[in-house]
Amino acid sequence: MKLVKFQGALLAGTLIAGAAHAADVTLTIESWRNDDLTVWQQTLIPAFEAKNPGIKVVFAPTAPAEYNAVLNSKLDAGSAGDLVTCRPFDASLTLFEKGKLADLTAMEAMKNFSAVAKSGWSTDDGKTTFCVPMASVIHGFIYNKDAFKELGIEVPKTEAEFFAALDKIKADGRYIPMSMGTADQWEAATMGYQNIGPNYWQGEDGRAALIAGAAKLTDEPWVAPFRSLAKWGQYLGDGYEAQTYPDSQNLFTLGRAAIYPAGSWEIAGFRQQAGFELGAFYPPVPNPGDQCYISDHTDIALGMNAATKHPEETKKFLEWVGSAEFAELYSNALPGFFSLSNAKFALKDPLAQEFVSWRETCKPTIRSTYQILSRGTPNLENETWNASANVVRGAETPEAAAERLQKGLASWYAPQK
Amino acid sequence: MTETALPGKKPFRWHIGVFLAPAVIIYSAIMILPLFATLNMALFNLTPEGVTTFVGLANFQTLFGDPRWADAFWNALANNTWFFLIHMLVQNPIGVLLAALLSSPKLRMAAFYRTAIFIPTILSFVIVGFVWKLILSPIWGIAPGLLDAVGLRWLYAPWLGQEASALTTLALVSVWQFVGIPMMLIYAALLTIPDEILEAAEMDGITGAKQFWKIKLPLILPSIGIISILTFVGNFNAFDLIYVSQGALAGPNFATDILGTFLYRTFFGFQLQLGDPHMGATIATAMFGIILVGVCIYLFTIQTRLRRYQF
Repeated sequence: MKLVKFQGALLAGTLIAGAAHAADVTLTIESWRNDDLTVWQQTLIPAFEAKNPGIKVVFAPTAPAEYNAVLNSKLDAGSAGDLVTCRPFDASLTLFEKGKLADLTAMEAMKNFSAVAKSGWSTDDGKTTFCVPMASVIHGFIYNKDAFKELGIEVPKTEAEFFAALDKIKADGRYIPMSMGTADQWEAATMGYQNIGPNYWQGEDGRAALIAGAAKLTDEPWVAPFRSLAKWGQYLGDGYEAQTYPDSQNLFTLGRAAIYPAGSWEIAGFRQQAGFELGAFYPPVPNPGDQCYISDHTDIALGMNAATKHPEETKKFLEWVGSAEFAELYSNALPGFFSLSNAKFALKDPLAQEFVSWRETCKPTIRSTYQILSRGTPNLENETWNASANVVRGAETPEAAAERLQKGLASWYAPQK
Repeated sequence: MTETALPGKKPFRWHIGVFLAPAVIIYSAIMILPLFATLNMALFNLTPEGVTTFVGLANFQTLFGDPRWADAFWNALANNTWFFLIHMLVQNPIGVLLAALLSSPKLRMAAFYRTAIFIPTILSFVIVGFVWKLILSPIWGIAPGLLDAVGLRWLYAPWLGQEASALTTLALVSVWQFVGIPMMLIYAALLTIPDEILEAAEMDGITGAKQFWKIKLPLILPSIGIISILTFVGNFNAFDLIYVSQGALAGPNFATDILGTFLYRTFFGFQLQLGDPHMGATIATAMFGIILVGVCIYLFTIQTRLRRYQF
């Protein structure tokens, strides 16, 4: 009933607006981010509408878990909105291959994005892009600045300094050196392996070599992060084997742990919870002076429904989504979700600014298991969760874990056979 | 009106069909048809082009022949068997013991104990899973503190996080939850034993524990048989508790993976893994086969040998 009324109101609004302004076109955005409703309604859409009279935009999100199913049925029925929020990799690629999403490769705004930024929404060969990248999440370490000051610890730059700092915190005994658990398994892979890994496999170069079949998971650059991870166990809290993700967050925000292996999406939550000053550092490099790499993982983008009745207006909106103005508005409204655009601007949240500043010194890459390599069974992403947790717990050696992953990947992925 | 019943021809009894129809229709629609649809689905698979084709038993060949699939399957089956054994060795004897204690006429407040022990059974798996996860948590849980209070802190370990103990811990949590069911069934069986028999036993000087072993236990064996088969079917269909407390990946390192979680992961997919309905149906068929074989063994070898006493 409420929905009917709401739609009725929308329709009435559209009709009235239409009568007043004959050229008005209303664009609808499909999205799973219902958390962002107010950001779109109060910040993003008014900014666009002010500059583009005649185009109205409605943000119409669905519950995250239902999004894929609802969107697919709407697209099949021809009732989907003009703009479609794209999940990265296979989910959106399938839609593009079925002809539901339009090819946006030729758009002017695409020049504002690097190849890595576009990879989540491009065909496997990278030649065709079908969604405008919106945001990514960056990995690194968030630390308790007060604890570091108390113990006289400098921010570590290399792996050796990193472990020296952990040793110092452990020896002091007032803080748990690092807050992470292996109960949920994904923390060990996402905040552990994918966080520090790019420094060893040289980011995109390593990832591309793996996809091409030129590198193997048993090669040194892919085993080395496991070796580093194997040392983490001794610095985690008592009983970390049964510690869950919320446990880890709480241990850190309560000030009981000094370092938290993180994703930038934690920023907003930690801001509210933590009663101490927060700092962040990027994953330490293996040797002094090494080029650093960060996981700058593509997370969300916006595409065009191929069946839209207003392709011109929709493209106009998408050009704006690719612009520097949108990038700045979006990143400031949602700290921790960083625009993928090459545009330069400052963020108001200092911690978010710290994270995003690493893009200037370090080369960005995405999580190694997300593109192509998790299409078959066994799925490399899930396997990596399990292997990383095992390595941290000491239940599997880094070499054995790497060998198992390689065997699994080779069992279905032709270039690795 | 005179009724002329023709010899040899009874009137068709419509009411039987009418009264049975709702149950038969609903049961067929939500149990029988899906069962056959699942069995059928296990015989098909997708070609690389995405076309569904008949593949015969090839999916079973993958499940048992491909080392990765087979490893996962046997691991899940072995874990499931251990889960079941713990229930048989811990839950059912404790259930019998509790029932024997409850049926003792000297026990006061029997109704209170009965209720208290039965209550966990009516709780949802989700609540039980989260409550025990919290109790056993090394960070917030009360388990380490309680053990410390009685000087047994050294006994505490993150039980749910260790490969060696996670499955047994969860099985014991499940026993805690369901021990009320065998207790109630045995209790009911004990109540049906006629007093004459017990009196006759007492006349012969058989009392106390001896009476339990010699008279009561043989009489409740059919109930124990039913409880065993219920435990078997329930445990080999289990899923919820593991999923709630350890997630779909049944960590640590698949130490708590049982057939239910293995089926879930395969059928619906998890994280980046896309669901594979055909392999999922293959696992479901294997599970169905295992349960069917177990129930048949029970029916043909145990049930038929059980003696029934008529008083």
